[in-house]
Amino acid sequence: MIVFDGVEKRFGDHVVLKELSFSVAPGEHVTLIGPSGSGKTTILRLLMTLEKVDAGTISVGGRYLSHIERGGTLVPADEKHSREVRKKIGMVFQQFNLFPNMTVRGNLIEAPTRVLGLSKDEANVRAQDLLDLVGLGEKIDAHPTQLSGGQQQRVAIARALAMRPDVLLLDEVTSALDPELVAGVLKLLRDIGESTDITILCVTHEMGFARDFSDRVMMFDGGRVIEDAPPGKLFTDPDHQRTRDFLQAVLNH
Amino acid sequence: MENLGTFLSVLSEGLPETLTATIGGIALTIVLSLVAGLALLSPSKTVRVISRIYVEGLRGTSEVVQLFWIFFVLPVLVGFQIVPIWAGVLVLGLNHGAYGAEIVRGAVQSVPRAQYEGAIALGLSPAQRMRRVILPQAVVEMLPPFNNLFIQLLKSTAILSFVSVNEITRQAQQVLVPRFNPQAFEIFMLLLVIYLVLSLIITAVMRFLERVAAARVGRRPSAEARRQAAGAGVA
Repeated sequence: MIVFDGVEKRFGDHVVLKELSFSVAPGEHVTLIGPSGSGKTTILRLLMTLEKVDAGTISVGGRYLSHIERGGTLVPADEKHSREVRKKIGMVFQQFNLFPNMTVRGNLIEAPTRVLGLSKDEANVRAQDLLDLVGLGEKIDAHPTQLSGGQQQRVAIARALAMRPDVLLLDEVTSALDPELVAGVLKLLRDIGESTDITILCVTHEMGFARDFSDRVMMFDGGRVIEDAPPGKLFTDPDHQRTRDFLQAVLNH
Repeated sequence: MENLGTFLSVLSEGLPETLTATIGGIALTIVLSLVAGLALLSPSKTVRVISRIYVEGLRGTSEVVQLFWIFFVLPVLVGFQIVPIWAGVLVLGLNHGAYGAEIVRGAVQSVPRAQYEGAIALGLSPAQRMRRVILPQAVVEMLPPFNNLFIQLLKSTAILSFVSVNEITRQAQQVLVPRFNPQAFEIFMLLLVIYLVLSLIITAVMRFLERVAAARVGRRPSAEARRQAAGAGVA
């Protein structure tokens, strides 16, 4: 479903990702862990085309994200191509990024009507179903600023799902929440993971969640994957000392 | 005050011209501010440069000279005389649009990057992002500086007296003062009061729009409104 091939990403002189290659199977749940600055979030941002690769290619569902093949060679794609590929990918952000100039309903129906071409009625039905799913059915006409952080993040999850994405990117979705709100959001994500076949890539510091949500965990350090294993193996018997040190640090804080 | 009725009636004959120039100027200012302000943020360098030339060119030269240029020089070049009041609307709009462009640019840039990213992640096109997500939030930031700008524009309509538009300043200076010279103090005082009243009306309208726009993006009422509400609660 997702293929990174020789991906390199630099910010100025700082190399964030080096010759990164990995793939994710359809329906797989992969968690990216590692110290801050290790490039985890950059991978999600590259997939969402919020950043561009400096070298290498990324493909999603067999299509290159930011390249098109022309005459046997790969050339950078235009905005229109990126928009086509983006329709298949959804992202939930650390800070929710709900649009404050719209109600909850507006946030949920905006893209389905304008990007997917759904009718208002269809989009409203979809919005209500998804809000019921995230437990906020009665908040459909509320304003995002009237909701708690946890509620806003549930709306953001519903908003991403309203686009029926093949791939869902979760970027530290509980990091900005008050501790008592984290569990509810994580439970919701577990339910979604179990009840759908969406491919999910997740960056998180919640190791308990990573352990029981993921099919695979990738440990990043210095822009490289230093360990890639099922959670049972990685959390109990990691191969690398670096992974062990990192887990020790985050689990004992 | 002696002759107050006469003063008011003569000055109010100038009101239609002053109001036309103000409202026409504001309408043109809004359009030009948005077009030039968004052009300043265009990905195309050519578009940015053209807009920058417009902004610096009009902002950096005298409004009165611009008016003379349109009124006296343009007819020689193109062969027809533009109606004075519309020459005024044009100069006021072009001029204040140049200031407004910077207000629009600043307000659009003040919308957090995260809002663009949220819109990109949903697959919205660049035009949809701007129109549906960014501009409605930026408008909240634009309104207070636009209030200033519109009041400036109102006061600038006095320059139309230079090209014989019979707006309120020209009525005072050309009609009233020659006839009631000893009362020049009262006449100009009255004129100032009229400008003040008009500017207070602009402020009232803009404050109302500010409240509507802030409520639409879910902002709390202003500190002042909260104080008033608290005061009412105590009483």
